[in-house]
Amino acid sequence: MAERVLMKGNEAIAEAAIRAGCRHYFGYPITPQTEIAAYMAKKMPKIGGVFLQAESEVASINMVYGAAAAGMRVMTSSSSPGISLKAEGLSYIAGSDVPALVVNVQRGGPGLGGIQPSQSDYFQATKGGGHGDYRMIVLAPASVQEMASLTIKGFNLADKYLMTAMILADGTIGQMMEPISFEDAEIETYEKPWALTGTNCERKHNVVNSLYLKPDELEAKNFERYERYKIVEQNEAMWEEYMMEDAELCVVAFGIASRVAKNAVAAARAEGIKVGLIRPITLWPFPKDALAFAAEKVKGFVSVELSMGQMIEDIRLATQCNKPVGLCNRCGGMIPSPDEVLESIRKAQKGEF
Amino acid sequence: MKTTQILIAGFGGQGILFAGKFLAYKGLVEDLQVSWLPSYGPEMRGGTANCNVILSDTPVGSPIITQPDVLIAMNLPSLQKYVDTVVPGGQIYVDSALIDAKVERTDVEVFYIPATQMAKDNNIASLANMIIVGHLLENNPHLSFAGTDEVVEKLVPAKKAALLELNKKALALGKNYKN
Repeated sequence: MAERVLMKGNEAIAEAAIRAGCRHYFGYPITPQTEIAAYMAKKMPKIGGVFLQAESEVASINMVYGAAAAGMRVMTSSSSPGISLKAEGLSYIAGSDVPALVVNVQRGGPGLGGIQPSQSDYFQATKGGGHGDYRMIVLAPASVQEMASLTIKGFNLADKYLMTAMILADGTIGQMMEPISFEDAEIETYEKPWALTGTNCERKHNVVNSLYLKPDELEAKNFERYERYKIVEQNEAMWEEYMMEDAELCVVAFGIASRVAKNAVAAARAEGIKVGLIRPITLWPFPKDALAFAAEKVKGFVSVELSMGQMIEDIRLATQCNKPVGLCNRCGGMIPSPDEVLESIRKAQKGEF
Repeated sequence: MKTTQILIAGFGGQGILFAGKFLAYKGLVEDLQVSWLPSYGPEMRGGTANCNVILSDTPVGSPIITQPDVLIAMNLPSLQKYVDTVVPGGQIYVDSALIDAKVERTDVEVFYIPATQMAKDNNIASLANMIIVGHLLENNPHLSFAGTDEVVEKLVPAKKAALLELNKKALALGKNYKN
C-alpha cells in the first residue's frame, strides 16, 4: 500500500508542484492560502528553486509571465481579492500562449469580503476575469489528495495546451488535513522550442508577446487559440459520478460543496429517494456531455454552491434548459449543512425546484 | 468501526488544533480514513478555536461536523455553543477546572476532568489538551489508547525531544484519571 502522509490541502499543492518540477514560485500572502507560500519559502532554497515574495499581486503574476516565457514550470497562488489583482497578467499570459499554474483558494466576496471558504469566483475563473477572448483550464479539487493530483495534472495540461491552468479550491480544502500519497503522480514533460532561452547565435530569436496591432493578425491568433481550446473541450473534461446509475434526480456540486452533497445524497438514498451526484472536476471545460446525458433520464437537477448560483448557468446551458435546475446555496463564507441539501433534494423529489 | 466525529473547542493557545492533529495521526497510523479541519482566521489570533476530526473506516464525506459524536469543551463558551449539537448517546468531555457548569442533558455521557489543574500540578501546564485526549482514548475502546507513543513520536519534532516525555505523561494522566 502506498505510504500515506497527513497534509493540509495548501501544503499538498506546494509539495505536488515541486514534484511536478516547478522551481519558480512568485506570490504575495493572503489568507486562506498562505501555507502554500510558507511551504515554498522553506523548500525552494533547499532544492535550487526560487521563492520570491513580490511587492504585490500584480508584480508576482508578471514574474510568472516572465518565467513561463523562459520555459520554466512556474506558479503563483492567491485568494479571491488577490486573483482579481492578477487578472491583467492572466490575460497577458493567455494572449502570449505560455503555460502557467495559478491557484485560487477562494474566500467570500465581493470586495475584501471575508476569509471563510467560498466558491463565488466561479464566473471569474471560467468566464474570463481578465479582458479579451481567452480560456483557462479550471480544476476543482474536492480533497487534499486532489489538491496534489490536480496540481500535477494542471502543470501537465498547461504545458500541453500552452495556457493557464487554475486550481479553483476554497478555504476549507486549503486548510483541512487528510492522508495523501504521491506515489501515483504522473509527471509529463514537454519540449518548449518557443521559450526564450537565449539563441546562442544558433537559431532565430523567439518572441513572446501579446501585442498584435494588425487586426487580421490578432484575429488569426484568436482563431488559432480557439481551435486549441476546442481540443481541450473535446479531450479534457473530468467529472465523478456517484449513485447516478438509477438516479431520477441529480445533484451537481464541486469542491467542498460536493463533499457535503455526498452526505446528503447518501441520506436521501436511505429515505428511498433515487438521487445521484455529478461532481465536475474540471469547471472549464465543463463536463457538458455528462450533464446532457443525465438530463435525458433525471427529472431535474439541484446545484449546490457556495455562491449566489454561478455554476447553475453552466448546468442550464449544458442541458439546454431541458429539465428544471434548483439551487441550494450559502455564501459569504457559510457552508450548507447536509440537512439543508437533503431538504432541497426532498423538495426536488416533490417537483419543487 | 463506525464513523467517529470529534469536535474540540476552546480558547486559542490551549492546543485545540494540536489535540485534533494527534487524533488525526492516531487514525492515520491505524490505517483509518481521516479528516482534520481547523477553524482559521480571527480565532487563531486569540479568540475561540475549534477543530473537526473525523475517523472512519470508509471515505470521509463532508469534513465539517454539525453533529459531533464526541465533544471536547475546554472553556465555557465552547460548551454552551456546542452542547446541544452532540448526538444522543454521544460523549462530552469537560475541562472542569475551567468550567463550573454541568451538562443538563441526560442522553449523553459526560466526563468531567480537571485537566488544566492536573496539568499545573504536574508541571505540564500547556498540556491539559493531551490529558483530555488520553482520557478520551481510554473511554473509547474502538479508538484505543494503545499506540499513542508512536503517534507522539511522529508529531513532536526531534529538536523538541523534551516535549516527548511530557506529552506521554499527559496522556497517561488522562488515561488513569477516574471520574
